[in-house]
Amino acid sequence: MKLSYFPGCTLKNKAKSLDIYARKSSELFGITLEEIDNWQCCGGVYSTAKNDVATKLASVRALKQAYEKGQALVTVCSACHNVIKQTNHLMKNDTAIAKKIDRYINDGSMYTGQAQVYHYLEMLRDIVGFDEIRKKVVNPLNGKKIGAYYGCLLLRPSSVMQMDNPENPTIMEELISALGGQSIIYANRNECCGGYIAMESGELARKKSNQVIENAKKAGAEMIITACPLCRYNLIKNGSDIPVVYFTELLAQALGIKGDTNE
Amino acid sequence: MNKAYPTEELLRISGVNPNKCMKCGKCSATCPAYDEMEYHPHQFVSMVNSGDIEPLMNSESIFKCLSCFACVDRCPRGVEPAKLIEAVRIAVVRKQGNNHLLADDVPNMLDDEIPQQAIVSAFRKYSK
Ligand code: SF4
Ligand code: SF4
Repeated sequence: MKLSYFPGCTLKNKAKSLDIYARKSSELFGITLEEIDNWQCCGGVYSTAKNDVATKLASVRALKQAYEKGQALVTVCSACHNVIKQTNHLMKNDTAIAKKIDRYINDGSMYTGQAQVYHYLEMLRDIVGFDEIRKKVVNPLNGKKIGAYYGCLLLRPSSVMQMDNPENPTIMEELISALGGQSIIYANRNECCGGYIAMESGELARKKSNQVIENAKKAGAEMIITACPLCRYNLIKNGSDIPVVYFTELLAQALGIKGDTNE
Repeated sequence: MNKAYPTEELLRISGVNPNKCMKCGKCSATCPAYDEMEYHPHQFVSMVNSGDIEPLMNSESIFKCLSCFACVDRCPRGVEPAKLIEAVRIAVVRKQGNNHLLADDVPNMLDDEIPQQAIVSAFRKYSK
């Protein structure tokens, strides 16, 4: 099966392992991720303002290309996924803005949110299935205690993202258990790490990230997994003394296509 | 000094209906940037509604919001305060000379590990 794939700029640079192990692992399940031609940066954060139209163009171009190829669009970075999914929702539900955007793209067919958008985790759950994954595990995690860190972008706004229960998500915990680990539930798993405020207020980012790390450790986590390069950066930068790794690294390790994930 | 945008304009840009607010304060209670804000999410809702907009447009609070969407998801009345904060912020940074983040400032904010995502996100939120 072939699916369209939007890697995003961070996955081509600072977060290469999030990208590489996503592609390698999907091949094992018979899914090839076909990179969108000439994709452009999603912008990192979604702008909710109705007078902010041009910032939606990169996402619409990627969505439109996937739709025209008859493929669903997969992303693995939390931020890209959030921006693209929210943009798709806007195209479907706001005809006035869809028309404005059509005037920029101007290729004769207006895009109105028809593409299907999957986060890689949703692809694992809904297309591959956790039971299939369980069967392919060759290096089980042997009960390692792992805290899934969702942050904000995978889950909210929940009416649009519709990935999981925003206050009690299970998708990453199910993945951890399929890989043979023990998932650790902690209160701050869906609270903010500080995000882009790290650029101008390291202090606030430190406060927010420390709350996540301390909370996860108190609950017994020996490792944290994430789908977001900025969450990972903030947690590590602010002194996490347990490893913070991408979920794709853990997946690839359990599937036997990557060495030990314990940097 | 940034002159106030009219209430109707901010409501149109944000799509928010502040009359739905029941002043429970849950948005501010859940906001991770609460301590750093001069005006809190629930105050954006009530102040825009009453036309008290100039203080918001001249407050650093608009740059403290982390776009975490917690207030959007957890508001029991579906008011979505972050969308109002976004509308005020955009009204401010669109004015010439009002960019909060300048390209020249960026090199000093970087270290070897900072992801591209942080830089593009900050630009999208802070500058036009
Ligand atoms: S979106 Fe902004 S205002 Fe709303 S809770 Fe998050 S940081 Fe606070
Ligand atoms: S949570 Fe909603 S209803 Fe409560 S004060 Fe905030 S905006 Fe108003």
